[in-house]
Amino acid sequence: MNQQYMVKAEKVRKNFGANEVLKGVSLNVSPGEVLCLVGPSGSGKSTFLRCINHLEVVNAGRLYVDGELIGYRESGDRLHELKPREAAAQRREIGMVFQKFNLFPHLTALENVIEAPIRVKKVAKAEAIKRGKELLSRVGLASKYDSYPAHLSGGQQQRVAIARALAMDPKLMLFDEPTSALDPELVGEVLDVMRELAESGMTMIVVTHEMGFAREVADALVFMDNGVIVESGKPADVLLNPQHERTKTFLSKVL
Amino acid sequence: MGSHCGCRGFNHHQRKVNPELTSDSNQNAGSQSADLHSDLSEETIKAIALRHPLRNIFAVFLLIGLVAFLVDASHREIYDWPTFSKYLFNHRVLSGVLVTLQLTAYAMVFAVLLGIVLAVMRQSPNPILKSVAWTFIWFFRGTPVYVQLVFWGLLSTVYPSITFGLPFVGDLATIPSINNLSLFVLAVIGLTLNESAYMAEIVRAGLLSVDRGQEEAAKALGMGWGLSMRRIIIPQAMRIIIPPTGNEVISMLKTTSLVTAIPLTIDLYMATRDISANTYKPVPLLLVASTWYLVFTSFLMVLQYFLERRFARGYAHMGLQVQDQPLEGLGGG
Repeated sequence: MNQQYMVKAEKVRKNFGANEVLKGVSLNVSPGEVLCLVGPSGSGKSTFLRCINHLEVVNAGRLYVDGELIGYRESGDRLHELKPREAAAQRREIGMVFQKFNLFPHLTALENVIEAPIRVKKVAKAEAIKRGKELLSRVGLASKYDSYPAHLSGGQQQRVAIARALAMDPKLMLFDEPTSALDPELVGEVLDVMRELAESGMTMIVVTHEMGFAREVADALVFMDNGVIVESGKPADVLLNPQHERTKTFLSKVL
Repeated sequence: MGSHCGCRGFNHHQRKVNPELTSDSNQNAGSQSADLHSDLSEETIKAIALRHPLRNIFAVFLLIGLVAFLVDASHREIYDWPTFSKYLFNHRVLSGVLVTLQLTAYAMVFAVLLGIVLAVMRQSPNPILKSVAWTFIWFFRGTPVYVQLVFWGLLSTVYPSITFGLPFVGDLATIPSINNLSLFVLAVIGLTLNESAYMAEIVRAGLLSVDRGQEEAAKALGMGWGLSMRRIIIPQAMRIIIPPTGNEVISMLKTTSLVTAIPLTIDLYMATRDISANTYKPVPLLLVASTWYLVFTSFLMVLQYFLERRFARGYAHMGLQVQDQPLEGLGGG
């Protein structure tokens, strides 16, 4: 019933104790679409992203990825929590890139990329290595297969992290402020990889403060504040002609 | 090597400064002073070293004391070196060495496994699992290992047999006699339970040292708890776990000498005690025991060094390696 959308969020609510972080967020993302989530820190955009692959458990509302309810099984009118194994199977289809890269420091770049395909998807090792090398050269790191994360720059680490997520052949990629922890001069190389990925037709949700990237690459832009979606639309429209006062103040500070 | 690098760094600095200088004469002056400086920096400094008279006097005293001790010990009657050499490779001593090594190995292996279970239990959201683990650690760390070993020796007196049963159903199974457990097994149990309490805390510190983002990244890749523990979390925790565990193994090797409390009397220490009870020469046999303990603790120290190096992969010498490698691929995309 939700087949036409890759991601469908219906009135998603999330609270940490008494603190309500998401107050009914609804949005749809079509296959191949690139959606940028912007907003001030604490607006709930990262939390919403983490809900999509069940790193956070939603308290109310429903989240579907490719028509499949996230985190729960619906039988009759009751919801059952998914077993860890089932939740893991859902996450396998959703790639995630973190602000702080979260590469595995004890593994080389190539080992980082092939670990999950071999252990989780049971891909043959030789095949995983071949594909891993392809992915690393695709993100411009053909010479860095055997480097440990600590020997790579921030931009290189983030590109390895993108290759690592892509190695699982996800149908959806989530980016949680992928360039916020980078030196300004390294931001471009990561955005280049993301732009190339968007052009290849990947469905992407990107939490970012890079308005230039949002305007150039995104199909839709959503502005969140205080746990709700304030405004959404074509990036150029929202950025150049914001309708709400809150959006205007925010954009005047970041643009 | 060092002066060469310094020179390269200086030139680099000079390149940055030059564009700010506008007139030709200034530029010449700049490069002249650069030459002057680089000549200086290539010349190795020969300065008169600072003297440390007190430190040197202390070192000489120590040396004199040590030599005096060794010379004296070499022909002091009571050390009885002929007896020492006679019993160093005595078959009772050697089989005692074997028992000590076996006790150490079994107790440590089981203690590490139980320690991991306890550490994971302590992090469990289930309050019962958590408090059972806490109480276990509290008890076994809080009482002396010697006392615990005496207790395990008395186990068959305290629990002559153990029967499992259900109310209204009756007895299901009985372990007839704890007497059948050998003293060796009781010693391993006693040492294991005590050690596992310490290992649990070491493992817990290791697990807590791994960034939470690692678990999330593993989760996001579709890894289950067991897989992410085995492949991601524990290998990283090992870096923190290994050094104190090495100390624990060394400490365990020596703690095995307390199994006489059980009483197990076939380990290295008791073997030498038995022999000296017959020969009336306790000192050379204490030296025999000490020698063997030292041999194996030294071996363990070397082993620990290599293990630490193995698990430091991806961490050691970060800054150096980055410099050595050309920074290519930076502009890619």
